[in-house]
Amino acid sequence: MRLLKLVPDDTNIGFLKWRNIAMAFSILTIIASIGLVAAKGLNFGVDFVGGQMIQATFTETETAPISELRNNIGALGYGEATIQRFGDANEVSIRMRLPAEAESRPEAAAEMTEKIVSTIKADHADVRIDGVESVSGKVSSELFETGAYSLLFAMIAISIYIWIRFEWQFGVGALFALVHDVALTFGLFALTQMEFNLNIVAALLTIIGYSLNDTIVVFDRIRENLKKYRKMDIIALLDLSVNETLARTVMTSLTMLIALGALILWGPDVIFGFSVAMFFGVFVGTYSSVYMAAPILIWLKVGPDTFVPAESANDKAEKMGGPEQIG
Amino acid sequence: MLDFPRWKVISISLLLAFGVLMSIPSLIGESGQKYWPSFLPNETINLGLDLQGGSHILLEADPADVATARLETMEESVRAEMRRATPRIGIGDISRRDGVLSFMVRDSTQVDAARDAIVPLTTGAGLTGQRDWNIEVRDDTRFVLTPTEAGLENAVENAMETATDVIRRRIDEMGTREPTIIRQGDNRIVVQVPGLDDPEALKALLGQTAKLEFKLVDFEADPNMVAAGRAPVGSQIFPYPDSPSGVPNIAVKRLGGISGDKLTDAGQGFDPQTNAAVVNITFDSEGGSKFARLTQNNVGRPFAIILDGQVLSAPNINEPILGGSAQISGNFTTESANQLAIALRSGALPVELKIVEERTVGPDLGKDSIDKGMIAAIIATVAVLTFMVVTYGRFGMYANIALALNLFIIVGVMAMFNATLTLPGIAGFVLTVGAAVDANVLINERIREERRRGRRVIQAIEVGYKEASRAIMDANVTNIIAGVLLFMFGSGPVKGFAVVLMIGIASSVFTAVVVTRMFVALWVKRARPQELVI
Repeated sequence: MRLLKLVPDDTNIGFLKWRNIAMAFSILTIIASIGLVAAKGLNFGVDFVGGQMIQATFTETETAPISELRNNIGALGYGEATIQRFGDANEVSIRMRLPAEAESRPEAAAEMTEKIVSTIKADHADVRIDGVESVSGKVSSELFETGAYSLLFAMIAISIYIWIRFEWQFGVGALFALVHDVALTFGLFALTQMEFNLNIVAALLTIIGYSLNDTIVVFDRIRENLKKYRKMDIIALLDLSVNETLARTVMTSLTMLIALGALILWGPDVIFGFSVAMFFGVFVGTYSSVYMAAPILIWLKVGPDTFVPAESANDKAEKMGGPEQIG
Repeated sequence: MLDFPRWKVISISLLLAFGVLMSIPSLIGESGQKYWPSFLPNETINLGLDLQGGSHILLEADPADVATARLETMEESVRAEMRRATPRIGIGDISRRDGVLSFMVRDSTQVDAARDAIVPLTTGAGLTGQRDWNIEVRDDTRFVLTPTEAGLENAVENAMETATDVIRRRIDEMGTREPTIIRQGDNRIVVQVPGLDDPEALKALLGQTAKLEFKLVDFEADPNMVAAGRAPVGSQIFPYPDSPSGVPNIAVKRLGGISGDKLTDAGQGFDPQTNAAVVNITFDSEGGSKFARLTQNNVGRPFAIILDGQVLSAPNINEPILGGSAQISGNFTTESANQLAIALRSGALPVELKIVEERTVGPDLGKDSIDKGMIAAIIATVAVLTFMVVTYGRFGMYANIALALNLFIIVGVMAMFNATLTLPGIAGFVLTVGAAVDANVLINERIREERRRGRRVIQAIEVGYKEASRAIMDANVTNIIAGVLLFMFGSGPVKGFAVVLMIGIASSVFTAVVVTRMFVALWVKRARPQELVI
C-alpha cells in the first residue's frame, strides 16, 4: 500500500530567510487589525453592549423582509433596529437597545419584546420566534470585563508555562505569536462586521490554546536540536527544526481545518461566527508559530548554551552521539 | 516499552469498556433507555437550554432596597415598642433620612426606658460581636439608629435565601420540569427552566414581588390634593391605575392596615355577581382574626387592596368578614388572576428582584442546532478518519480506533458527572476530533523520521513514542490552561464548551498515547515486522 505524503521527506525550505520580511508583514497586519478595530469598531452583540436580540424564522417565506421589518420596528419608537440575516435567508436576528427606562423598570424590556413580536406577527403569521436574549447594561459590562480579563490571563498564564518548561526567550516568542493570532482575529471581525459575542471570546481562548500546539511542537524540536547540534548556526538550526516538524504541522492543521470546515458548512447557525473564528485562528496560528515565535528566538540570542551550559557540553555530546552514527 | 504485560492490557481494556458502557444510555436516547437493563449505569448527559429550548433568567436584588425595607420595619417596631411600654413613651420627629432612623423622646426622663425597650430589637451580627444596629443618643433625647455593615450583609443574605425559596415554590407551582435555581454572588439568582411554552408568564411571575396589603381609604381627604399627589397628615398616596373615578391616585391611612402575608391558600376564581376573574385568599388564624377586626370596625367604609405599591381595587366593607377568607377583585384576566394566586401562595419576595439578563431559546431552534451539529460532527469525523488511514495506513487505523474510543469516553465521562451538553459543547466535540489525532500525527511523523534515519522498526517505534510524548504533554497542558480559564470566566453555554474541551483533552491523551501504543505493541509482538509501512 502506498501512503499519502503531503510533505515530501527531508524538505529543506529556507523559511527563516524571509524572517525580516515576514516579521514586517506580521507587524503590519497586526497594526492594520488594530486600525480596523479602531476605525470600524467591532459589531458587539448584546452580550457586551447590553440590549435585546430576537431571533425569528419566517417559516413560509423564502427571504425575510428585512427592510420592511426595519421600518415597522423603527415606527414603534424604540430606536433603530439592527437586523441581520442569521443562517438561512428566512432567518433574522433583530437587535435593539434596551429602552432607557429599563434600568429602573425591568418590565419595560419585556414590553418592548412583546410589542416587536406582535408587530411582526401582525403582518407575518408564519413567523416563529426562536429566541430572545436580553442583557442589561450592568451585566453586559461585567461580561465584557471578564471576557477581556480571561483573554489576558490565558495569554500570560500560557507564556509563563512555556517559560517554565523551556526558557524565557521561548515564553516571549509564544506571547508574541499569541498576540498576533488574537489581534488578527479581532481584525477579521472588525473587517467583516460579524457579530462579536461571548462565543467568539470562547473561540479566542480556544485559539490561544491550540495555536500554542504548533508553537510548542516547533519549540520542542528546537530545544532537542540545540542540544544535539551544538555547532550549528542558529538560523540553520531553526530552519532544520521547522522543516523536521513540517509534515506534522501540515497534517494537524489540515485535520483541524477539515473539522472546522465541516462546522462552518454544515454546523448550527448559532455558532457560525465561532467556527469562522476558529478556522481563521488555526490558519494564522500555524503561520505565527513559524514566523513569529521562531525568529524572536534569534533576536533574543537563543543558542546552544541556553539549555546546556558550555562546560558540561562535551560529555553530553559524547553520550548522545551524533545522529549520523545511529543505525 | 513495547513490552505490554497482560495486566496492563486487561486494565486498559476494562477502562475502555467502562467508558463505552457509560456512554450508551446517552446515545440510545429516551426510546432506547426503556430496554436498557436497570442494573447497568443509566446516567445520561443533560442537554443545555440552547439545545432543548428553555429560559435562562438572571435576577438581581438591590441591596439598597433591603436597607430601605429594614429601616421601615425598624420604624414600625420602634413605634410599637414605645406604645407598648408602661408608661407609654412619647416620641416624635421621626425621620429615615440618609439610611438612619432617628427620633426624639419627648420626656427626657424616659430615655433610659426607651433604650431598654429598643436594645432587644437588635441582634448580634457577624463574628466580631457587632450588633446589626448601632444605637446612639445625641443631645440627651435624640435617638439615632444606624444599621451596621455586618447587619446589612446579614439582612441581604437572609433576603436572598428567602427569595430563592419563594422563587423555587413559584416555579414548582407552574408545574415545569427540572428547573435549576441557584444563588450567584451576593445578590443574584439564576433561574433555568427547560422546555417552556410561555416564557413571558415565567418572567411576569418572577418579576412580581407579591407584597399584598390592606389599608383603609382616607375618604375625608381633599380630592384635589389627592389628584395632585399630596397626602393629608396621617395618610399616604398610592397609585390606583384602574380607579373608577378616573383619578389615578388614592389616599390611604398610614396606620391600621394589615399585610397579606399571613395566607394559607390563594386561588383563582370568579365573582358570582359580575363573573369577573378574582383571586380568593384564605388567611391563617392570626391573619384571619386581624382581618376580622379590621372589617368589623370599619363596616361601610372602603379599604384599599394594595399589591406591590399599587392599588388593585378599593371595595366597600359591606359586612364584617369573619370566616378568614376574602376575595381580591381588580382588573384581572383569568391568567393574571391565576398568576397572582400562584405568587400569593408561594409567599411574597422579601425584596424586589429585577431581571438583568434573559436568554430564551425556542425548542425548534434547539432541535435544528442538534441536527446540524450532528451532521457536522459526522462529516468531520468521517473526513478525518479517512485522511488518517490514507496517510498512515495501519497506524492511522489504530489512531482512528483510539479516536472513536475517545468520543465514547467523552460521552461516558460527561454522563457520569451528569454534565450538560451545550451548543458550543458540540463544537468542542468536533474540535476534539480534529485535535485528538494531533498526538498520533506527532507520534507517526516521528516514527517515519526515525525510520528514515535508519533505525530498526521496533527502535523507531519506541523512540517515536518517547520523543513525541514530551511535546504532546506540553501542548495539552497549555490547552488545559485555556480550558480552565474558559470554565472560570465563561457563562452557561461556554462553560459547557470548556467541560467538553477539558474532558476531551484528558481522554485523548489516554487514547492517543496509551491505547494506540498498546495496539502497536500487540501487533509488533504478533507480527514481528521487519518493514514498516508508515
